[in-house]
Amino acid sequence: MQQDAISTASILSLLLGDGGHFLGIIFLSLQVTITAVTCAGLVGLPLGAALALSRFPGRTVIIVLVNTMMGFPPVVAGLAIFLLLSRSGPLGDMGLLFTPKAMMIAQFVLVLPIIVALTRQTIEDLWTEYQDHLTSLGAGRLRSIPTLLWDARFSLVTTLLAGLGRASAEVGAILIVGGNIAGFTRTMTTSIALETSKGDLPLAMALGVVLMSLTLAINSLAYGISRVGARFSGKS
Amino acid sequence: MLRRTFVTAAASMLVALGMFHPAEAEERFITVASTTSTQDSGLFDALLPAFTAKTGITVKVIAQGTGQALDTARRGDADVVFVHAKAQELKFLEDGFGVKRYPVMYNDFVVVGPKSDPAGIAGGKDVAAAFKAIAEKKAPFVSRGDKSGTHSAELKLWTAAGIDLPAVRGEWYREIGQGMGATLNTANAMVAYTLSDRGTWIAFANKGDLGIVVEGDKKLFNQYGVMLVNPTKIPTVKVDDGQAFIDWLISPEGQAMIAGYRIGDQQLFFPNADDPKA
Repeated sequence: MQQDAISTASILSLLLGDGGHFLGIIFLSLQVTITAVTCAGLVGLPLGAALALSRFPGRTVIIVLVNTMMGFPPVVAGLAIFLLLSRSGPLGDMGLLFTPKAMMIAQFVLVLPIIVALTRQTIEDLWTEYQDHLTSLGAGRLRSIPTLLWDARFSLVTTLLAGLGRASAEVGAILIVGGNIAGFTRTMTTSIALETSKGDLPLAMALGVVLMSLTLAINSLAYGISRVGARFSGKS
Repeated sequence: MLRRTFVTAAASMLVALGMFHPAEAEERFITVASTTSTQDSGLFDALLPAFTAKTGITVKVIAQGTGQALDTARRGDADVVFVHAKAQELKFLEDGFGVKRYPVMYNDFVVVGPKSDPAGIAGGKDVAAAFKAIAEKKAPFVSRGDKSGTHSAELKLWTAAGIDLPAVRGEWYREIGQGMGATLNTANAMVAYTLSDRGTWIAFANKGDLGIVVEGDKKLFNQYGVMLVNPTKIPTVKVDDGQAFIDWLISPEGQAMIAGYRIGDQQLFFPNADDPKA
Protein backbone atom coordinates (compact mmCIF):
# COMPACT_ATOMS: atom_id res chain seq x y z
CA MET A 1 0.00 0.00 0.00
CA GLN A 2 2.78 2.40 0.89
CA GLN A 3 4.82 1.26 -2.04
CA ASP A 4 2.41 2.93 -4.44
CA ALA A 5 4.27 4.08 -7.49
CA ILE A 6 4.57 7.82 -7.83
CA SER A 7 2.84 8.03 -11.15
CA THR A 8 2.37 11.10 -13.28
CA ALA A 9 -1.35 10.76 -12.70
CA SER A 10 -0.97 10.88 -8.94
CA ILE A 11 1.22 13.96 -9.18
CA LEU A 12 -1.29 15.66 -11.47
CA SER A 13 -4.22 14.91 -9.20
CA LEU A 14 -2.14 16.23 -6.33
CA LEU A 15 -1.48 19.48 -8.16
CA LEU A 16 -4.99 20.09 -9.37
CA GLY A 17 -7.06 18.50 -6.63
CA ASP A 18 -8.08 20.00 -3.32
CA GLY A 19 -9.33 23.27 -4.79
CA GLY A 20 -5.99 24.50 -6.05
CA HIS A 21 -4.71 24.45 -2.46
CA PHE A 22 -1.46 22.94 -3.65
CA LEU A 23 -0.93 25.53 -6.37
CA GLY A 24 -1.06 28.12 -3.58
CA ILE A 25 1.78 26.31 -1.82
CA ILE A 26 3.87 26.34 -5.00
CA PHE A 27 3.12 30.01 -5.56
CA LEU A 28 4.06 30.92 -2.00
CA SER A 29 7.31 28.95 -2.28
CA LEU A 30 8.23 30.77 -5.47
CA GLN A 31 7.19 34.11 -4.05
CA VAL A 32 9.28 33.74 -0.90
CA THR A 33 12.31 32.33 -2.68
CA ILE A 34 12.36 34.71 -5.64
CA THR A 35 11.82 37.77 -3.44
CA ALA A 36 14.61 36.69 -1.10
CA VAL A 37 17.04 35.96 -3.95
CA THR A 38 16.17 39.18 -5.81
CA CYS A 39 16.78 41.29 -2.72
CA ALA A 40 19.95 39.38 -1.91
CA GLY A 41 21.09 39.95 -5.52
CA LEU A 42 20.36 43.69 -5.39
CA VAL A 43 22.43 43.98 -2.22
CA GLY A 44 24.94 41.20 -2.75
CA LEU A 45 26.12 41.86 -6.31
CA PRO A 46 27.33 45.45 -5.69
CA LEU A 47 28.62 44.47 -2.26
CA GLY A 48 30.60 41.54 -3.66
CA ALA A 49 32.02 43.71 -6.45
CA ALA A 50 32.97 46.43 -3.97
CA LEU A 51 34.67 43.85 -1.79
CA ALA A 52 36.59 42.60 -4.83
CA LEU A 53 37.91 46.03 -5.77
CA SER A 54 38.43 47.76 -2.47
CA ARG A 55 41.55 47.55 -0.36
CA PHE A 56 41.28 48.24 3.35
CA PRO A 57 42.69 46.78 6.55
CA GLY A 58 40.76 43.71 7.63
CA ARG A 59 39.55 42.93 4.12
CA THR A 60 40.95 39.40 4.25
CA VAL A 61 39.13 38.77 7.51
CA ILE A 62 35.85 39.92 5.96
CA ILE A 63 36.37 37.69 2.91
CA VAL A 64 37.00 34.66 5.12
CA LEU A 65 33.97 35.54 7.24
CA VAL A 66 31.71 35.88 4.20
CA ASN A 67 33.00 32.60 2.82
CA THR A 68 32.29 30.97 6.18
CA MET A 69 28.76 32.37 6.21
CA MET A 70 28.07 30.42 3.02
CA GLY A 71 27.92 27.41 5.34
CA PHE A 72 25.67 29.12 7.91
CA PRO A 73 23.41 26.32 9.20
CA PRO A 74 19.80 27.21 8.32
CA VAL A 75 18.46 26.13 11.72
CA VAL A 76 20.86 28.51 13.44
CA ALA A 77 19.85 31.34 11.11
CA GLY A 78 16.21 30.44 11.72
CA LEU A 79 16.62 30.42 15.47
CA ALA A 80 18.44 33.77 15.47
CA ILE A 81 15.73 35.39 13.36
CA PHE A 82 13.03 33.75 15.46
CA LEU A 83 14.51 35.34 18.59
CA LEU A 84 14.77 38.73 16.84
CA LEU A 85 11.21 38.71 15.51
CA SER A 86 9.47 37.09 18.49
CA ARG A 87 7.10 39.41 20.38
CA SER A 88 9.53 39.32 23.28
CA GLY A 89 12.50 40.02 20.97
CA PRO A 90 13.95 43.36 19.84
CA LEU A 91 11.92 43.53 16.61
CA GLY A 92 8.79 41.94 18.09
CA ASP A 93 6.61 45.03 17.63
CA MET A 94 6.72 44.59 13.87
CA GLY A 95 4.64 41.43 14.22
CA LEU A 96 6.60 39.60 11.53
CA LEU A 97 7.05 36.21 13.17
CA PHE A 98 5.07 33.39 11.49
CA THR A 99 4.53 35.41 8.29
CA PRO A 100 5.88 34.97 4.74
CA LYS A 101 7.99 38.10 5.32
CA ALA A 102 9.84 36.36 8.14
CA MET A 103 10.62 33.49 5.76
CA MET A 104 11.90 35.94 3.14
CA ILE A 105 14.18 37.55 5.73
CA ALA A 106 15.53 34.14 6.74
CA GLN A 107 16.26 33.14 3.16
CA PHE A 108 17.77 36.56 2.41
CA VAL A 109 20.20 36.07 5.29
CA LEU A 110 21.12 32.60 4.03
CA VAL A 111 21.50 33.58 0.38
CA LEU A 112 23.32 36.91 0.79
CA PRO A 113 26.74 35.45 1.78
CA ILE A 114 26.66 33.07 -1.19
CA ILE A 115 26.03 35.90 -3.63
CA VAL A 116 28.59 38.23 -2.04
CA ALA A 117 31.30 35.56 -1.90
CA LEU A 118 30.82 34.24 -5.45
CA THR A 119 30.49 37.75 -6.91
CA ARG A 120 33.65 38.84 -5.15
CA GLN A 121 35.57 35.97 -6.68
CA THR A 122 34.17 36.50 -10.18
CA ILE A 123 34.76 40.25 -10.20
CA GLU A 124 38.22 39.95 -8.69
CA ASP A 125 39.28 37.62 -11.50
CA LEU A 126 37.79 39.93 -14.09
CA TRP A 127 39.48 42.96 -12.55
CA THR A 128 42.90 41.35 -12.83
CA GLU A 129 42.18 40.94 -16.51
CA TYR A 130 40.74 44.41 -17.19
CA GLN A 131 42.54 46.55 -14.66
CA ASP A 132 45.00 48.20 -17.10
CA HIS A 133 42.34 48.82 -19.70
CA LEU A 134 39.83 50.37 -17.32
CA THR A 135 42.46 52.47 -15.58
CA SER A 136 43.72 53.80 -18.91
CA LEU A 137 40.15 54.91 -19.66
CA GLY A 138 40.25 56.87 -16.45
CA ALA A 139 37.76 54.72 -14.56
CA GLY A 140 38.55 54.41 -10.86
CA ARG A 141 37.84 51.28 -8.90
CA LEU A 142 34.42 52.47 -7.78
CA ARG A 143 33.45 53.64 -11.26
CA SER A 144 34.46 50.26 -12.66
CA ILE A 145 31.95 48.32 -10.55
CA PRO A 146 28.92 48.66 -12.87
CA THR A 147 31.04 47.93 -15.94
CA LEU A 148 32.52 44.82 -14.40
CA LEU A 149 29.17 43.57 -13.09
CA TRP A 150 27.63 44.06 -16.53
CA ASP A 151 30.53 42.35 -18.21
CA ALA A 152 30.32 39.38 -15.83
CA ARG A 153 26.52 39.11 -16.09
CA PHE A 154 26.48 35.63 -17.57
CA SER A 155 28.76 34.20 -14.86
CA LEU A 156 26.70 36.02 -12.26
CA VAL A 157 23.54 34.22 -13.41
CA THR A 158 25.14 31.06 -12.04
CA THR A 159 25.83 32.92 -8.79
CA LEU A 160 22.15 33.85 -8.50
CA LEU A 161 21.16 30.27 -9.30
CA ALA A 162 23.40 29.02 -6.51
CA GLY A 163 21.54 31.39 -4.21
CA LEU A 164 18.20 30.23 -5.56
CA GLY A 165 19.18 26.62 -4.97
CA ARG A 166 20.03 27.30 -1.37
CA ALA A 167 16.76 29.16 -0.83
CA SER A 168 14.39 26.76 -2.56
CA ALA A 169 15.87 23.67 -0.92
CA GLU A 170 15.83 25.14 2.54
CA VAL A 171 13.46 23.91 5.26
CA GLY A 172 15.11 24.34 8.66
CA ALA A 173 14.95 28.13 8.89
CA ILE A 174 11.53 28.75 7.35
CA LEU A 175 9.95 26.04 9.48
CA ILE A 176 11.07 27.90 12.60
CA VAL A 177 10.25 31.47 11.55
CA GLY A 178 7.21 30.67 9.40
CA GLY A 179 5.56 28.08 11.63
CA ASN A 180 4.30 25.98 8.68
CA ILE A 181 0.79 27.47 8.95
CA ALA A 182 -1.61 25.89 6.47
CA GLY A 183 -2.51 28.27 3.64
CA PHE A 184 -0.28 31.02 4.96
CA THR A 185 3.32 30.00 5.55
CA ARG A 186 3.27 26.42 4.27
CA THR A 187 5.74 25.96 1.42
CA MET A 188 6.86 23.02 -0.69
CA THR A 189 9.65 21.99 1.68
CA THR A 190 7.66 22.42 4.89
CA SER A 191 4.78 20.43 3.31
CA ILE A 192 7.21 17.64 2.55
CA ALA A 193 8.38 17.66 6.18
CA LEU A 194 4.75 17.63 7.37
CA GLU A 195 3.58 14.83 5.06
CA THR A 196 6.59 12.75 6.08
CA SER A 197 5.63 13.17 9.72
CA LYS A 198 2.05 12.18 8.90
CA GLY A 199 3.50 9.00 7.46
CA ASP A 200 2.19 9.82 3.98
CA LEU A 201 5.48 9.02 2.32
CA PRO A 202 4.16 8.69 -1.27
CA LEU A 203 2.61 12.17 -1.08
CA ALA A 204 5.80 13.59 0.45
CA MET A 205 7.85 12.03 -2.34
CA ALA A 206 5.45 13.29 -5.01
CA LEU A 207 5.84 16.80 -3.60
CA GLY A 208 9.59 16.30 -3.78
CA VAL A 209 9.35 15.36 -7.44
CA VAL A 210 7.32 18.51 -8.15
CA LEU A 211 9.89 20.66 -6.33
CA MET A 212 12.76 19.08 -8.26
CA SER A 213 10.93 19.60 -11.55
CA LEU A 214 10.37 23.27 -10.77
CA THR A 215 14.04 23.72 -9.93
CA LEU A 216 14.97 22.02 -13.18
CA ALA A 217 12.62 24.30 -15.12
CA ILE A 218 14.01 27.46 -13.52
CA ASN A 219 17.59 26.37 -14.17
CA SER A 220 16.86 25.44 -17.77
CA LEU A 221 15.21 28.80 -18.32
CA ALA A 222 18.14 30.69 -16.80
CA TYR A 223 20.64 28.69 -18.81
CA GLY A 224 18.68 29.25 -22.00
CA ILE A 225 18.37 32.98 -21.41
CA SER A 226 22.04 33.43 -20.68
CA ARG A 227 23.03 31.36 -23.75
CA VAL A 228 20.83 33.41 -26.01
CA GLY A 229 22.01 36.59 -24.35
CA ALA A 230 25.64 35.60 -24.73
CA ARG A 231 25.18 34.89 -28.43
CA PHE A 232 23.55 38.26 -29.08
CA SER A 233 26.16 40.17 -27.15
CA GLY A 234 28.93 38.43 -29.12
CA LYS A 235 30.29 36.44 -26.19
CA SER A 236 30.05 32.72 -26.41
CA MET B 1 18.72 46.77 -25.63
CA LEU B 2 19.42 43.44 -24.11
CA ARG B 3 19.86 45.09 -20.77
CA ARG B 4 16.41 46.63 -21.14
CA THR B 5 14.92 43.21 -21.87
CA PHE B 6 16.51 41.79 -18.74
CA VAL B 7 15.38 44.67 -16.59
CA THR B 8 11.85 44.55 -17.97
CA ALA B 9 11.62 40.82 -17.40
CA ALA B 10 12.91 41.11 -13.86
CA ALA B 11 10.67 44.05 -13.06
CA SER B 12 7.52 42.44 -14.42
CA MET B 13 8.28 39.33 -12.40
CA LEU B 14 8.56 41.41 -9.25
CA VAL B 15 5.35 43.25 -10.00
CA ALA B 16 3.54 39.98 -10.61
CA LEU B 17 4.76 38.64 -7.30
CA GLY B 18 4.05 41.88 -5.48
CA MET B 19 0.43 41.89 -6.59
CA PHE B 20 -0.12 38.55 -4.92
CA HIS B 21 -1.03 38.83 -1.30
CA PRO B 22 -2.27 35.80 0.57
CA ALA B 23 -5.91 36.62 1.24
CA GLU B 24 -5.45 35.89 4.93
CA ALA B 25 -3.00 38.74 5.34
CA GLU B 26 -5.79 41.29 5.21
CA GLU B 27 -8.27 39.34 7.27
CA ARG B 28 -8.91 39.00 10.95
CA PHE B 29 -6.81 36.20 12.28
CA ILE B 30 -5.63 34.63 15.51
CA THR B 31 -2.56 32.50 16.13
CA VAL B 32 -3.08 29.23 17.99
CA ALA B 33 -0.12 27.33 19.40
CA SER B 34 -1.15 23.70 19.42
CA THR B 35 0.25 20.20 19.40
CA THR B 36 1.50 18.01 16.61
CA SER B 37 -1.21 15.47 17.46
CA THR B 38 -4.05 17.86 16.59
CA GLN B 39 -2.38 18.68 13.28
CA ASP B 40 -1.02 15.27 12.29
CA SER B 41 -4.40 13.65 13.04
CA GLY B 42 -6.11 16.05 10.62
CA LEU B 43 -8.50 17.42 13.28
CA PHE B 44 -7.79 21.08 12.56
CA ASP B 45 -8.33 20.65 8.84
CA ALA B 46 -11.81 19.40 9.70
CA LEU B 47 -12.71 22.02 12.35
CA LEU B 48 -11.22 25.32 11.26
CA PRO B 49 -13.08 25.98 7.98
CA ALA B 50 -16.41 25.81 9.86
CA PHE B 51 -15.22 28.29 12.49
CA THR B 52 -13.83 30.68 9.88
CA ALA B 53 -17.03 30.50 7.83
CA LYS B 54 -19.11 31.37 10.88
CA THR B 55 -17.00 34.18 12.37
CA GLY B 56 -14.75 35.47 9.58
CA ILE B 57 -11.73 34.82 11.81
CA THR B 58 -8.87 32.88 10.24
CA VAL B 59 -7.00 30.58 12.61
CA LYS B 60 -3.28 30.16 12.07
CA VAL B 61 -2.06 27.02 13.77
CA ILE B 62 1.53 26.51 14.83
CA ALA B 63 1.86 22.81 15.59
CA GLN B 64 4.50 22.09 18.22
CA GLY B 65 4.93 19.82 21.22
CA THR B 66 2.95 20.99 24.27
CA GLY B 67 6.08 22.33 26.02
CA GLN B 68 7.16 24.32 22.99
CA ALA B 69 3.61 25.54 22.31
CA LEU B 70 3.34 26.93 25.83
CA ASP B 71 6.75 28.52 25.39
CA THR B 72 5.65 30.16 22.13
CA ALA B 73 2.71 31.65 24.03
CA ARG B 74 4.96 32.81 26.88
CA ARG B 75 7.02 34.74 24.33
CA GLY B 76 3.87 36.48 23.15
CA ASP B 77 3.75 34.78 19.76
CA ALA B 78 0.31 33.17 20.13
CA ASP B 79 -3.17 34.24 21.24
CA VAL B 80 -4.52 30.84 22.27
CA VAL B 81 -2.90 27.57 23.37
CA PHE B 82 -4.60 24.23 22.71
CA VAL B 83 -2.53 21.47 24.30
CA HIS B 84 -2.61 18.24 26.30
CA ALA B 85 -0.53 18.10 29.47
CA LYS B 86 -2.60 19.21 32.44
CA ALA B 87 0.32 19.70 34.83
CA GLN B 88 2.16 21.97 32.36
CA GLU B 89 -1.09 23.83 31.62
CA LEU B 90 -1.78 24.49 35.31
CA LYS B 91 1.79 25.75 35.72
CA PHE B 92 1.20 28.10 32.76
CA LEU B 93 -1.96 29.41 34.47
CA GLU B 94 -0.22 29.72 37.82
CA ASP B 95 2.55 31.80 36.24
CA GLY B 96 -0.13 34.19 35.05
CA PHE B 97 0.24 33.47 31.32
CA GLY B 98 -3.21 31.95 30.88
CA VAL B 99 -6.60 33.49 31.67
CA LYS B 100 -8.61 30.32 32.26
CA ARG B 101 -8.28 26.69 31.25
CA TYR B 102 -11.22 25.01 29.53
CA PRO B 103 -11.32 21.26 29.01
CA VAL B 104 -12.20 20.51 25.36
CA MET B 105 -11.91 16.83 24.54
CA TYR B 106 -10.03 13.66 25.28
CA ASN B 107 -8.74 10.62 23.58
CA ASP B 108 -6.27 8.11 24.90
CA PHE B 109 -2.73 7.00 24.42
CA VAL B 110 -1.89 3.61 23.01
CA VAL B 111 1.30 1.61 23.24
CA VAL B 112 2.34 0.72 19.73
CA GLY B 113 4.85 -1.96 18.88
CA PRO B 114 6.11 -4.40 16.25
CA LYS B 115 4.30 -7.64 15.45
CA SER B 116 7.36 -9.62 16.65
CA ASP B 117 6.61 -8.23 20.15
CA PRO B 118 10.06 -8.72 21.73
CA ALA B 119 8.81 -7.72 25.20
CA GLY B 120 5.82 -10.09 25.02
CA ILE B 121 3.24 -7.48 26.01
CA ALA B 122 0.75 -7.64 23.14
CA GLY B 123 -2.91 -7.73 24.12
CA GLY B 124 -2.27 -6.47 27.65
CA LYS B 125 -4.47 -3.98 29.50
CA ASP B 126 -1.97 -3.02 32.20
CA VAL B 127 0.32 -0.36 30.84
CA ALA B 128 2.56 -0.25 33.93
CA ALA B 129 3.30 -3.96 33.60
CA ALA B 130 3.96 -3.52 29.88
CA PHE B 131 6.44 -0.69 30.45
CA LYS B 132 8.13 -2.76 33.16
CA ALA B 133 8.53 -5.65 30.71
CA ILE B 134 9.95 -3.35 28.01
CA ALA B 135 12.57 -1.97 30.42
CA GLU B 136 13.47 -5.37 31.80
CA LYS B 137 13.87 -6.96 28.39
CA LYS B 138 15.60 -3.83 27.10
CA ALA B 139 13.31 -3.94 24.08
CA PRO B 140 13.85 -0.94 21.77
CA PHE B 141 11.59 2.00 22.70
CA VAL B 142 11.39 5.31 20.85
CA SER B 143 10.66 8.33 23.03
CA ARG B 144 9.45 11.72 21.77
CA GLY B 145 11.99 13.39 24.07
CA ASP B 146 10.60 16.85 23.23
CA LYS B 147 8.71 17.91 26.39
CA SER B 148 5.45 17.38 24.54
CA GLY B 149 2.25 16.23 26.20
CA THR B 150 2.89 12.71 24.99
CA HIS B 151 6.45 12.81 26.31
CA SER B 152 5.18 13.99 29.72
CA ALA B 153 2.64 11.15 29.73
CA GLU B 154 5.34 8.63 28.83
CA LEU B 155 7.61 9.78 31.67
CA LYS B 156 4.69 9.44 34.12
CA LEU B 157 4.09 5.89 32.90
CA TRP B 158 7.70 4.86 33.56
CA THR B 159 7.32 6.18 37.12
CA ALA B 160 4.00 4.35 37.49
CA ALA B 161 5.75 1.16 36.37
CA GLY B 162 8.33 1.61 39.12
CA ILE B 163 11.11 2.12 36.59
CA ASP B 164 13.86 4.58 37.43
CA LEU B 165 14.44 5.65 33.86
CA PRO B 166 17.74 7.59 34.29
CA ALA B 167 19.20 4.53 36.03
CA VAL B 168 18.14 1.88 33.54
CA ARG B 169 18.12 3.71 30.24
CA GLY B 170 20.57 2.49 27.67
CA GLU B 171 20.81 1.91 23.99
CA TRP B 172 17.29 0.43 23.94
CA TYR B 173 15.77 3.78 24.94
CA ARG B 174 15.95 6.17 22.00
CA GLU B 175 15.00 9.79 22.51
CA ILE B 176 14.55 11.46 19.14
CA GLY B 177 13.21 14.92 20.02
CA GLN B 178 10.62 15.03 17.24
CA GLY B 179 6.88 15.14 16.68
CA MET B 180 4.46 12.21 16.94
CA GLY B 181 4.47 11.32 13.24
CA ALA B 182 8.25 11.34 13.01
CA THR B 183 8.39 9.19 16.13
CA LEU B 184 6.04 6.61 14.59
CA ASN B 185 8.11 6.59 11.41
CA THR B 186 11.19 5.94 13.53
CA ALA B 187 9.53 3.21 15.60
CA ASN B 188 8.46 1.52 12.37
CA ALA B 189 11.98 1.67 10.95
CA MET B 190 13.68 0.56 14.19
CA VAL B 191 11.20 -2.23 15.03
CA ALA B 192 10.59 -0.53 18.36
CA TYR B 193 7.78 0.27 20.80
CA THR B 194 6.48 3.77 21.34
CA LEU B 195 3.64 5.67 22.99
CA SER B 196 1.24 7.52 20.68
CA ASP B 197 -2.00 9.41 21.07
CA ARG B 198 -4.75 7.42 19.41
CA GLY B 199 -5.71 10.21 16.99
CA THR B 200 -2.30 10.45 15.37
CA TRP B 201 -2.00 6.66 15.33
CA ILE B 202 -5.29 6.20 13.45
CA ALA B 203 -4.43 8.90 10.92
CA PHE B 204 -0.84 7.75 10.47
CA ALA B 205 -0.32 6.22 7.05
CA ASN B 206 3.04 4.46 7.41
CA LYS B 207 2.11 1.85 10.03
CA GLY B 208 4.19 -0.91 8.43
CA ASP B 209 4.64 -3.72 10.92
CA LEU B 210 3.42 -1.68 13.88
CA GLY B 211 0.20 -2.33 15.73
CA ILE B 212 -1.45 -1.44 19.03
CA VAL B 213 -0.08 -3.71 21.77
CA VAL B 214 -1.58 -2.17 24.91
CA GLU B 215 -4.72 -0.03 25.21
CA GLY B 216 -7.64 0.66 27.50
CA ASP B 217 -5.79 1.31 30.76
CA LYS B 218 -7.13 4.30 32.74
CA LYS B 219 -3.58 5.59 33.00
CA LEU B 220 -3.60 6.16 29.24
CA PHE B 221 -6.26 8.87 29.40
CA ASN B 222 -5.29 11.99 27.38
CA GLN B 223 -7.10 15.27 28.09
CA TYR B 224 -6.86 18.36 25.88
CA GLY B 225 -7.36 21.86 27.23
CA VAL B 226 -7.54 25.32 25.69
CA MET B 227 -6.51 28.67 27.20
CA LEU B 228 -6.52 32.30 26.15
CA VAL B 229 -3.12 33.90 26.70
CA ASN B 230 -3.33 36.54 29.42
CA PRO B 231 -3.46 40.06 27.93
CA THR B 232 -2.13 41.60 31.14
CA LYS B 233 1.12 39.68 30.52
CA ILE B 234 1.07 39.89 26.73
CA PRO B 235 -0.66 43.09 25.60
CA THR B 236 -0.78 42.07 21.92
CA VAL B 237 -3.13 39.15 22.56
CA LYS B 238 -6.31 39.34 20.46
CA VAL B 239 -8.68 38.88 23.36
CA ASP B 240 -12.07 38.99 21.60
CA ASP B 241 -11.21 36.84 18.60
CA GLY B 242 -9.19 34.39 20.71
CA GLN B 243 -12.03 33.99 23.19
CA ALA B 244 -14.47 33.58 20.29
CA PHE B 245 -12.44 30.57 19.14
CA ILE B 246 -12.44 29.06 22.63
CA ASP B 247 -16.18 29.70 23.04
CA TRP B 248 -16.83 28.00 19.71
CA LEU B 249 -14.68 24.96 20.58
CA ILE B 250 -16.64 24.34 23.80
CA SER B 251 -20.02 25.26 22.27
CA PRO B 252 -22.45 22.48 21.31
CA GLU B 253 -21.57 23.12 17.65
CA GLY B 254 -17.80 22.86 18.15
CA GLN B 255 -18.18 19.83 20.40
CA ALA B 256 -20.39 18.12 17.85
CA MET B 257 -17.83 18.73 15.11
CA ILE B 258 -15.07 17.24 17.26
CA ALA B 259 -17.22 14.17 17.90
CA GLY B 260 -18.01 13.97 14.20
CA TYR B 261 -14.40 13.85 13.03
CA ARG B 262 -13.77 10.30 11.91
CA ILE B 263 -11.22 8.43 9.88
CA GLY B 264 -12.88 5.38 8.39
CA ASP B 265 -15.31 4.27 11.08
CA GLN B 266 -13.18 5.44 14.00
CA GLN B 267 -13.86 8.50 16.13
CA LEU B 268 -10.54 10.18 17.06
CA PHE B 269 -11.48 12.63 19.80
CA PHE B 270 -14.29 12.67 22.42
CA PRO B 271 -15.63 16.09 23.45
CA ASN B 272 -15.95 16.72 27.20
CA ALA B 273 -16.13 20.48 27.68
CA ASP B 274 -19.04 19.84 30.07
CA ASP B 275 -16.79 18.03 32.55
CA PRO B 276 -15.31 20.74 34.80
CA LYS B 277 -12.91 18.28 36.41
CA ALA B 278 -11.29 17.21 33.13
